[in-house]
Amino acid sequence: MVSLVATQTLTVHQKAVRSSVAMKALMAVTGIILILFLLMHMWGNLKAFIGAEAYDHYAEWLKSDILYPLVPKGWFIWIFRVFMVASIVLHMFSAYVLTMRSRAGRGRYQRTERRAQTFAARTMRWGGVILLALLLFHLGQFTIKWFVTGFTATSTPYEAIVLTFQQWYMVVLYALFVGTVCLHVRHGVWSALTTLGANSSPKARRVLNITAVFVAGLLFVGFMAMPIAVLLGGIK
Amino acid sequence: MKITLNIWRQANAKAKGALERYHLSDVSEDMSFLEALDMLNEQLTAENKEPVAFDHDCREGICGMCGVVINGSAHGRYSSAVPTTTCQLHMRSFADGAEITVEPWRAGGFPLIKDLVVDRSAFDRIIQAGGFISANTGSAPEAHSVPAPKLESDRAFDNATCIGCGACVASCPNGSAMLFTAAKITHLAMLPQGQPERYSRVKSMIAQHDHEGFGGCTNIGECASVCPKQIPLESIAQLNRDLMKSLFRREGK
Repeated sequence: MVSLVATQTLTVHQKAVRSSVAMKALMAVTGIILILFLLMHMWGNLKAFIGAEAYDHYAEWLKSDILYPLVPKGWFIWIFRVFMVASIVLHMFSAYVLTMRSRAGRGRYQRTERRAQTFAARTMRWGGVILLALLLFHLGQFTIKWFVTGFTATSTPYEAIVLTFQQWYMVVLYALFVGTVCLHVRHGVWSALTTLGANSSPKARRVLNITAVFVAGLLFVGFMAMPIAVLLGGIK
Repeated sequence: MKITLNIWRQANAKAKGALERYHLSDVSEDMSFLEALDMLNEQLTAENKEPVAFDHDCREGICGMCGVVINGSAHGRYSSAVPTTTCQLHMRSFADGAEITVEPWRAGGFPLIKDLVVDRSAFDRIIQAGGFISANTGSAPEAHSVPAPKLESDRAFDNATCIGCGACVASCPNGSAMLFTAAKITHLAMLPQGQPERYSRVKSMIAQHDHEGFGGCTNIGECASVCPKQIPLESIAQLNRDLMKSLFRREGK
């Protein structure tokens, strides 16, 4: 039992607020925020097909005057980053708490046959941990520039992606990253919407599953288009 | 037909258990799975060995008392063509000479008592936490004085068919009893009589569910796929909706 649950002094309402269902809702909402971010990120990456100037201008714009004059120039990106980090941290926190409860609750059999579980559902937890590692690599490479992969610290964003993805093994690593993301998104979209109550009929269940596969597929195609175009020489 | 059974034997909750191998011959394919276990127990008794302990009662698939994991799936759903309880699973579902693994329900919320028998009183406590309506005693009110819409009352009936066998928990990779709890929540939430306590009910039943040590739902769907009464996964979404709504209400504060 995780200490968050049900000590006798809590009211029924307080127990409900701390319940697995409420925790799942937190995970669902933060997950949807992350998926919306991914869709936006994917859309932005496609600017590379328009050209170096368009791509670099877009990258520049993200860090300059969005929300100006409501906030000073350059603030938006930091507000946005804090928001994203908070979403990721809350997503991981809820995942950790729920995983610990499930570990305590589940049984171990000598033999198990699963009838409904998808590969995507089975790999959510470890897939999530692997995603964190790959995300840190991704941010270290392109955002924080702890290390560079074929470009230099003074390269423009466009040069950075082109020089990186001209190396086939970076494209493979990226495909692994995007593939893991999409697998997580496949179960994540369905599960988040169900947790928030959208699974209201057998038809709704089908629609939610199709939506999940569609979003995952769209993200995979959208994210892989640019690196593959670079590798094949379509973007240089 | 001849079969080989690998059955989980464990003297009590503290003892170390293990699968033990038994051979049965002259099994009729018309026997139910429990009748095959009865046959084994007669054989063991004649050999002056301890019979296998298992739960059972009506043997008609309506009481929810029986239930074991057969070949890795609850109530032997993996071997059966149709949703079933263990008592309604027939030996014709298995090939002659089959090797069958039999294990008890395993979950944090279901402590083992002996062999294939587990303690499912956690379900009773979840029901006691709110799975009822409060009504004054006296003469029953005229039934037609409270109209119940057709679609909702159908859903209420479908969910009321839950027999509380625990297959959902046994098959869940998270050991969650969400389908069981959701069936009762949906049953009462669909009826006019269930409305006054609707939101306090969902709060206290979820609190009890978590308190019993059941895990959280991750929307995998194993539970609904083995449920002998075909309680749909949609009931869990109904529970989720009601719980989220209830968090903005004063009941239980």
